[in-house]
Amino acid sequence: MNDTVPKQEVVAARGIKVAFGAVKALDGADLVIRAGECVGLVGHNGAGKSTIVNVINGGLTPQEGSVSYDGTPGLHGVAMARAHGVRCVFQELSLCPNLTVNENVRVMHADLKGASWRRRGLELVRRQLEETFPGHGIDCDSTVEDLSIAERQMVEIAISFTTVSQRPRLVILDEPTSSLDAGLAAQLMAYVRRFVKEGGSVLLISHILGEILSTSDRIVVMKDGKVVADKPATEFDTRRLVETMGSVVKEHGWKRTMGTKSGAPVLSRPALPGSTIQLEAFGGEIIGLAGLGGHGQTEALLDLYLSSSSNWWPTREPKMAFVAGDRGLNGTFGLWSILKNLSISSLKALSSRNMIDADCEDEVSERWKKRIEIRTPNMQNPILSLSGGNQQKVLFARALATTSKVVLMDDPMRGVDVGTKQEVYEILRAEAAAGRTFIWYSTEMDEIRLCDRVYVFRDGAIAAELVGEAITEPNVLAASFAGGEAA
Amino acid sequence: MKLSSGTVRMIIPAVSLAVLLSAVFYMQPRAMSYTGLNLLFNLAVPIALATIAQMLIMAVNDLDLSMGTFVSFAACVTATFLQSSPFVGLLILIGAIAVYAAMGVIIYLRELPSIVVTLGMSFVWAGLAVLLLPSPGGSAPDWARALMTSKPPVVPMAIVASVVIAAVTHFLVMRSSFGVLIRGVGGNSRSVERAGWSVIGIRAATYALAGLFAVLAGIALVGLTTAADANIALRYTLLSIAGVILGGGEFVGGRVSPVGAVIGALTLTLAGSFLSFMRISPDWQIGAQGAILIVVLGLRLFLNRLEKREKNR
Repeated sequence: MNDTVPKQEVVAARGIKVAFGAVKALDGADLVIRAGECVGLVGHNGAGKSTIVNVINGGLTPQEGSVSYDGTPGLHGVAMARAHGVRCVFQELSLCPNLTVNENVRVMHADLKGASWRRRGLELVRRQLEETFPGHGIDCDSTVEDLSIAERQMVEIAISFTTVSQRPRLVILDEPTSSLDAGLAAQLMAYVRRFVKEGGSVLLISHILGEILSTSDRIVVMKDGKVVADKPATEFDTRRLVETMGSVVKEHGWKRTMGTKSGAPVLSRPALPGSTIQLEAFGGEIIGLAGLGGHGQTEALLDLYLSSSSNWWPTREPKMAFVAGDRGLNGTFGLWSILKNLSISSLKALSSRNMIDADCEDEVSERWKKRIEIRTPNMQNPILSLSGGNQQKVLFARALATTSKVVLMDDPMRGVDVGTKQEVYEILRAEAAAGRTFIWYSTEMDEIRLCDRVYVFRDGAIAAELVGEAITEPNVLAASFAGGEAA
Repeated sequence: MKLSSGTVRMIIPAVSLAVLLSAVFYMQPRAMSYTGLNLLFNLAVPIALATIAQMLIMAVNDLDLSMGTFVSFAACVTATFLQSSPFVGLLILIGAIAVYAAMGVIIYLRELPSIVVTLGMSFVWAGLAVLLLPSPGGSAPDWARALMTSKPPVVPMAIVASVVIAAVTHFLVMRSSFGVLIRGVGGNSRSVERAGWSVIGIRAATYALAGLFAVLAGIALVGLTTAADANIALRYTLLSIAGVILGGGEFVGGRVSPVGAVIGALTLTLAGSFLSFMRISPDWQIGAQGAILIVVLGLRLFLNRLEKREKNR
């Protein structure tokens, strides 16, 4: 930090704007990474971290803004980024599980050529593993699927740092320690420091703030697709980072029912290893599942759902209804009409002698069309003629039209416009007052604040339970990001 | 010592072939001779080639339902054009391989299910084959006939051919860089793409290679039978899929084994002979062949489960 000459830029992304449909993922973000520094990147869900990583590694072309490698603006793309020594370790493991370790080196490094590539690849990855994780004990001859998750992550990291014919200049590590234990994580962070000292650069994304604070030279905080802070790491501590990530608290004209927990819980799930808090829900409550995306919330919902439903026999009165988050993947029936999409979950109740009563079906669908304001002239239109927000409303109506007392929601408001959201919130509130229980996984802070009680997930287990007025953005953020001691 | 999942996958096909072979030898000791072995296995050579072709398609997570009609078509071309005017015949076969490559590209670009595209193409191949040979006929090119009926010393032709096919494809698919990329596309095509490779190119090449092996299967078949017919190899579609699975391959995930596929094809051929030796009436043979398949695959599932339990402990 004491040199006055600005170091050479490895990658510079300036004024980047990326929108997916109506959702602005990046709204004029700047990120410059120079040689010989480790930049920490933090932000809550949807802040745009993954999007800017994809822009830098060439996988995504921004609609506006410029990306330049080595200070020279030029073509953009995966090949270009790789040619300038940009390597990326993705959050989800991206090795080929059916190949051996050295075959994966061959896939990742096109420049590993020649007759003896197997032997050389093996040597390279062995040496790199030894350097990064001394005493790792990984059998490099085995297929990747025979390795444990932690070993796969270690191999992937080692492959990215390996020099075949060209030294990596910038390595992007997206949650590199998510499957590593504390000892291995510390080894990796020590290696990152050595790598940076030798002139390489690292972009580090992690939910463990201790790692970010101790390893980075500079920390970039993102929020809502913008960079809100870009300062030397020494100017931050855990508390200040959490504060910077949060937004100004907006007032909400919302009164929680604060229903006293009465009687037996409607459902409960025993505490998982790594947590002492068990998930419980009482009648009429709206329970929020918060935390960073992919930390076990969806699994918890599925677990709850599967534990209450039989795999073999359909039940006349299902105990739970499920609102899917990924509409295309597991929500809508693309070829069906709106009407059929809505009534599919309550067919049992709508039929007599195993034949569907068409009048009854029409009546129910018209009622929900009015109540939830599905904007269509005719419920017989195909579901895909609706906008995304209205499709989501149909999925809500599908769940609410059933008689089930519990509704599970898997981040259903992803990519839905604000107006629709407000309408759905109203209906949720009314239904909860009528005694229904909602379990709501959401990645959006505004929605989490609407809940009566919130469980914050971290690393697959519940890290904290917040009730009523304690549900504030700083509290949720603090629980989602592990402090330094939990590295 | 801990066995790798690849080794476990190879044990079952090898053991089942050995068991079937010893059962056949026990019932018919005269099969244990040069001619006996050749007779038992010579029809396995074209099936092995078709199985390899199917295995390549399955390595990139697709399935080829046109294998049988394509091999029939290749056989008809071999028995007509390749015999009478070799140059034209060669051009037709090269064109057919190019169509395979194009199929690989279209399936990837348009995100079509391979089953639908290849099922559609199977009618095209069948139609072309009927146009070439409306009734059984034609004759094998002399070189194909000579190759398939040659008598190498000590070991019969069928065995030599199987070993050569297994060795060549093992080198191609399991050892070469190109093979690594094929299996990489099957295992995780996104990461192959992110590493800067052209997935389209890899898939086109894989399909072309599969087309080449299917053409070789047609030529080998005509070399054995001396004449062709538009329906000569219809069974090959399902036989080749069964052979790949029997040999330890899987439908998705790029988990394939060329040596296993050849062994699988040999096992399937042998299962037919075994049932004849058992004097099971031909009416029941297909059912009995299915039963053998179920037993072998059941064994494999059982082993997989054991392996998983071992891993979780």
